[in-house]
Amino acid sequence: MSAPEAATNSATASLPDDTFVSDASLRPQFFEWLCRMGDNALILGHRTSEWCGHGPVLEEDIALANTALDLIGHTQMWLGLAGEVEGEGRDADKLTYLRDAMKFRNLLLVELPKGDMAVTIMREFLFDAYHHLMLSWLAENSKSPRVAEIAAKTLKEVSYHLDRASDLVVRLGDGSAESHRRMQEAMDLLWPYCGEMFAGDEIDAAMSDAGIAPNLDDLQTGWDAAVRDLFDEATLKMPDQGGFAHKGGKQGRHTEHLGFILAEMQFLQRAYPGATW
Amino acid sequence: MYAQLVKSDALKSREDMSPEERAFQDRVDNGEKIEPKEWMPEGYRKTLIRQIGQHAHSEIVGQLPEGNWITRAPTLERKAILLAKVQDEAGHGLYLYSAAETLGVSRDELLEKLHSGNMKYSSIFNYPTLNWADMGAVGWLVDGAAIMNQVPLQRTSYGPYSRAMIRICKEESFHQRQGYSIMMKMAFGTPEQKEMAQDALNRFWYPALMMFGPSDKDSVHSAQSMAWKIKMNTNDELRQKFVNETVPQAEYLGLTVPDENLAWNEDKQGYDFSEPDWSEFFEVIKGNGPCNRERLGARVKAWEDGAWFRDGLNAYADKAAARRQAASVAAE
Ligand SMILES: [Fe+2]
Ligand SMILES: [Fe+2]
Ligand SMILES: [Fe+2]
Repeated sequence: MSAPEAATNSATASLPDDTFVSDASLRPQFFEWLCRMGDNALILGHRTSEWCGHGPVLEEDIALANTALDLIGHTQMWLGLAGEVEGEGRDADKLTYLRDAMKFRNLLLVELPKGDMAVTIMREFLFDAYHHLMLSWLAENSKSPRVAEIAAKTLKEVSYHLDRASDLVVRLGDGSAESHRRMQEAMDLLWPYCGEMFAGDEIDAAMSDAGIAPNLDDLQTGWDAAVRDLFDEATLKMPDQGGFAHKGGKQGRHTEHLGFILAEMQFLQRAYPGATW
Repeated sequence: MYAQLVKSDALKSREDMSPEERAFQDRVDNGEKIEPKEWMPEGYRKTLIRQIGQHAHSEIVGQLPEGNWITRAPTLERKAILLAKVQDEAGHGLYLYSAAETLGVSRDELLEKLHSGNMKYSSIFNYPTLNWADMGAVGWLVDGAAIMNQVPLQRTSYGPYSRAMIRICKEESFHQRQGYSIMMKMAFGTPEQKEMAQDALNRFWYPALMMFGPSDKDSVHSAQSMAWKIKMNTNDELRQKFVNETVPQAEYLGLTVPDENLAWNEDKQGYDFSEPDWSEFFEVIKGNGPCNRERLGARVKAWEDGAWFRDGLNAYADKAAARRQAASVAAE
């Protein structure tokens, strides 16, 4: 929860040797993939931070701010590594503040407006359930020691986020008639954005072939089971499994929402180029 | 301060005190801490509730002016630090509501009074944050002024309040340092950044001075609070101390304090300075500050929009309790 902890995230003291970081043949794909990891954390962190001071109860306000803070810390690590891999002198801040929407690689799911607490909590759960599986795999199996290290560091916090979101999904799903209705509506709204998490493309294939990242099909099985179990407990209905999914974020084709997020987030860096803050 | 205008009783003389009151006053005079279950005069309890409540409300309303810049923070590190700071303020609110609860008033009751306008929060949070240097000025001046008041309150007579202050003060000094660090970046940065820094100081200087409350000659009934050790210094003492410490910091930044009368006074070993415009202060307290409507409106909206969320959690808790009950009956 403390800022000094967040502030030191970017300055990793002793780095493990990692040949992938300097492997030119894999560079473009590795860079893209790291941007996906970092941008998901950044944009979800941004949306979560919008609650600051506006939460439904003080404890929740604190928990949401803490989640946002964790995600900003994760962003510093993933985008920091992305910049290193790219080797063009861009650090996490340059990647955050000086890329336009079409260069962002986050899932559409995380850029949707924060909505009410039902949407916010449901999204956190749906994303964390995926994020947790992803980081667990990376921490244990990634052949890139740097990736494994970041995954291990962030996994602790994401486990906590997942526990918290799962608990709230159950309590609100099985709470009052209104909280149940809102949670079901949130699920129906967000469901079509979940498929993108598991829609692999050539970047995912290259990362999986190199042993850096998992095969997304393998993650999906675990995710489906986790979501179904929790929904049973929460007395919520799984939406029709039509299989349709909104996609494009991972390749840089976003919703209209991202442009506004960036206009706000990047304002100072864009208005006063070259200043230090 | 965070509790600027706390109504309290007129000072009671020793002769007018009941034996219980006299014994209580002796304990306070001896520096003993008063704990929740112990006897205390009704006026002491009521004044503390008002003061701690105002302080708690100030912490949570105080999230808003800084929360205003979280999504626009210019670097990831600044964003993280600001988030951590605003999160701390919410935590301060929590400690203080808990301290107030030990006096027999619930958090919900206090919030209801805030939302209905029957309890106040510090006037400072009714001023807008208009450029990034305001994040520096708020940490430097507003948290700085808060520290002036809260450090002595660590020795306040009421145990839970004193312990809350000890926890809070540790974090406040970090807040002030991060604020000053932003001011340094801005004041020593580009000409545009320096302009923002000066603009922020111009706008926050007098509102920061107002945080200590009206001048001693106009502030009624603080004698009783001081006798009870729930107010440790007079408003003017603290304001003077704040000016003495802050002016050299402004000079170091190369910024100009917006007061033509500011001058070092060798005799009193302190600065002479202009009083803030007290008519503005009373307008802000009455609800006519630049952001009163937005600030209170945001808190009320958060509370009302969150009703279904709180009700949902309560409904779940009731169901879970009923299920446990049924299970234990079935098991017998
Ligand atoms: Fe944390
Ligand atoms: Fe505070
Ligand atoms: Fe503070």
